[in-house]
Amino acid sequence: MVAVRRPAGRVGCVSVAWLALLPMALTALGAYLLTILWTARVSLSSARIFPTGDFVGLGQYARLFRNARWLLSLENLAVYGLLFIATCLVLGFLLAVCIDQQVAGEGVLRTVFLYPYAMSFVATGLVWQWILNPALGIQGVARRLGFDDFAFDWIVRKDTVLYTVVIATVWQASGLVMALLLSGLRGIDGELWQAARIDGIPRWRVYLSIVLPMLWPSLSTACILLFVMVVKLFDAVVAMTQGGPGTASEVPAKFIMDYLFGRANVGLASAASMVLLLTVLAIVVPLYYARSRALQRSRAGRRA
Amino acid sequence: MKRDGSLAVQPVSVAARPRRPLFAPARLGIYAFLLTAALFFLVPLYVMLATSLKPMAEIRLGGIFALPLAPTIEPWRTAWQAACTGLECEGIRGGFWNSVKITVPSVLLSIALGAVNGYALSFWRPRGAEVLFAVLMAGAFVPGQVLLYPLVRALASVELYSSLPGIVIVHVIFGMPMMTLLFRNYYAALPQELFKAARIDGGGFWRIFFALMLPMSVPVIAVAAIMQVTNIWNDFLLGLVFAGSDNLPMTVQLNNIINTTTGERLYNVNMAATLLTSLVPLALYFLSGRWFVRGIASGAVKG
Repeated sequence: MVAVRRPAGRVGCVSVAWLALLPMALTALGAYLLTILWTARVSLSSARIFPTGDFVGLGQYARLFRNARWLLSLENLAVYGLLFIATCLVLGFLLAVCIDQQVAGEGVLRTVFLYPYAMSFVATGLVWQWILNPALGIQGVARRLGFDDFAFDWIVRKDTVLYTVVIATVWQASGLVMALLLSGLRGIDGELWQAARIDGIPRWRVYLSIVLPMLWPSLSTACILLFVMVVKLFDAVVAMTQGGPGTASEVPAKFIMDYLFGRANVGLASAASMVLLLTVLAIVVPLYYARSRALQRSRAGRRA
Repeated sequence: MKRDGSLAVQPVSVAARPRRPLFAPARLGIYAFLLTAALFFLVPLYVMLATSLKPMAEIRLGGIFALPLAPTIEPWRTAWQAACTGLECEGIRGGFWNSVKITVPSVLLSIALGAVNGYALSFWRPRGAEVLFAVLMAGAFVPGQVLLYPLVRALASVELYSSLPGIVIVHVIFGMPMMTLLFRNYYAALPQELFKAARIDGGGFWRIFFALMLPMSVPVIAVAAIMQVTNIWNDFLLGLVFAGSDNLPMTVQLNNIINTTTGERLYNVNMAATLLTSLVPLALYFLSGRWFVRGIASGAVKG
C-alpha cells in the first residue's frame, strides 16, 4: 500500500467522495458482511425452503457431519486439492524454468501454455469428457491400434474418476502458474547467475536452493489463486462427471448447490457453506499474511 | 533480500560475461520437455476442432486424433441454430446473445464502479473508507456458495431474481473486489502532485475524475475489461442460479445441450458448441496477448 497524504480538508468534497463510495459500502457491508451473517444465522435454524426464525443450535452441523455424501465431498476436495495444487505448481515451475532458458519460440510457447486458462471450466470439462470417453477416446484409439488390453477408463471408474478431474483442471490452470512464476524469474537479478557460475554451483542446485525461495511471493500468489479455484470447484465436475459415477466425484460446492436448490434443505446447505468458509479462512489468512510479510521484506530490501 | 544480496555483491569485480547456452544434451532435454508439454496443451484444442468437422459416421469409426477425411461445417451450423437443450431445439445462439446481454452491462458497470472506488480511495481517502475496502477485499476470498442463498432472497424481495438486471447486479457484486483493487493500485502509483494541482485549480470530485483521471486510465481500463469479459463470459454458477430460464448464458446452455440430451450423442455438434462458447474469450486472449497476462499479474501480485 502506498501512503497518500490527505489533501487539506474540504468538507463538501469529502462528502461527495463518500457519496461516490456508497455502492462500495453497500456491497461490502450488504452483499458480503451481512450475507455471511445471514448464512450463519440460517445455518443455526431448521430452514428448508424459506428462512424460519427458530434456533436449533448446532444441529445442522451435527447432521452435516453424519451425512456420508458430505464427508465424501470433503475427502474428495482434500485429495483433489492436494493433487491439483501440487501438480500445477510442479508443472508450472518446470515450464517457467525451461522457458527462461532463452529458448526459441518463447512467445508461441507461452501463448500455448496459457490459452486453456481463457476457457471456461465448463468447456474444459466437456473436452476432457470427450477425450477420456472409454469407447471413442484415448482408450478406444489405442484398442483400435491393436493394444486390446489397453485400459484408460478412469472417468467411468469410481476409484479413479477424481484423477480425471485433476488432469482436466491442471491442463487449464498450470499455465497460470507458469505465467506468474515466469514474471517472478524475470525479476531476479542476472548477477545471481554469474555468482553461482563462479562458485561452480550447478544450475539445478541454484534453482532449488536459491531461486525457489526467492520466488516465494509469486508462489504464494499462485497458491492462493489455486486454492480459491479448489474451493470453488463446481463447473468442471458438473460438466465432466455430474458428480458420478454414483457419488464418486462429489465436491462440497456441488453438495451445497444440490441442497440449496434441488433438495430444498437451506439450513443444512448453509451449515455446509459456513464450514467451507471457515476452511478457506483457516488456509488463506496465514498464507496471505505470510505473503504480505514477504512482500514488505523484499520492498524494504530493495530500498536499502 | 539478504540471500541474493550477499551473493550478488561478491562478483562485481569480474567482467560481465554473456550468458552461455547450456551444453547440448541439457538443451535438448529442455526442448523435448517443452514440446511434450506443448503437445499436452494443444491436443484438446485439436481434438475439439477435428471432431467438430467430422460427420458422425466418421466419429463412430473411431480415432479422435484422426484428421477429418470429409470435413463438414454442418455440426457448427447445427450447434449454432438447431441443437437441443431439453425440449427446445434452437441451438446455442440464444445463449450467445444472452451472454452478450449479460456481459456488456456487467463489464461496463463493474469497471465504472471500480474506477470511482479506486479514485476515491487513492486521492480523497474519506474517513473509514479503508476499513470498507478491507472488508471488500476479505470478501474476495469468501466462497460464492455462502452468498448465494441470501442474495437469492434479497433479489427476490425486490423482484429482480431470475432477471437480466438481477444477474448483472450479481456480477457487479462479485467483480467489485478485484476491480476496486486494480484501480486503487493504479491510481496510488500516480504522482500525488497531479491531484493537488488539480485541487488548487478548483477542480471538484467529478471534474478531476472525468477530465484528469479517466483519460489517464486507458491501460488499466483495458486490463480490467479483459479480465471482466473473460470472467463473466466463462461464468457458469451465477448464470445458473440468478439469470432465470429466459436469460441463461451460453455456458449453461452448452452444459444443457451436452449433458441432458437423450438419444444418440452428437459428439461433433457438442464439440462445435464447446468451441463456439469458448470463441469470445479465446479470441480476446489471442488478440490481447500480454495484456491478458498483465491482468492476471496486476490483480493478484500487488495489494
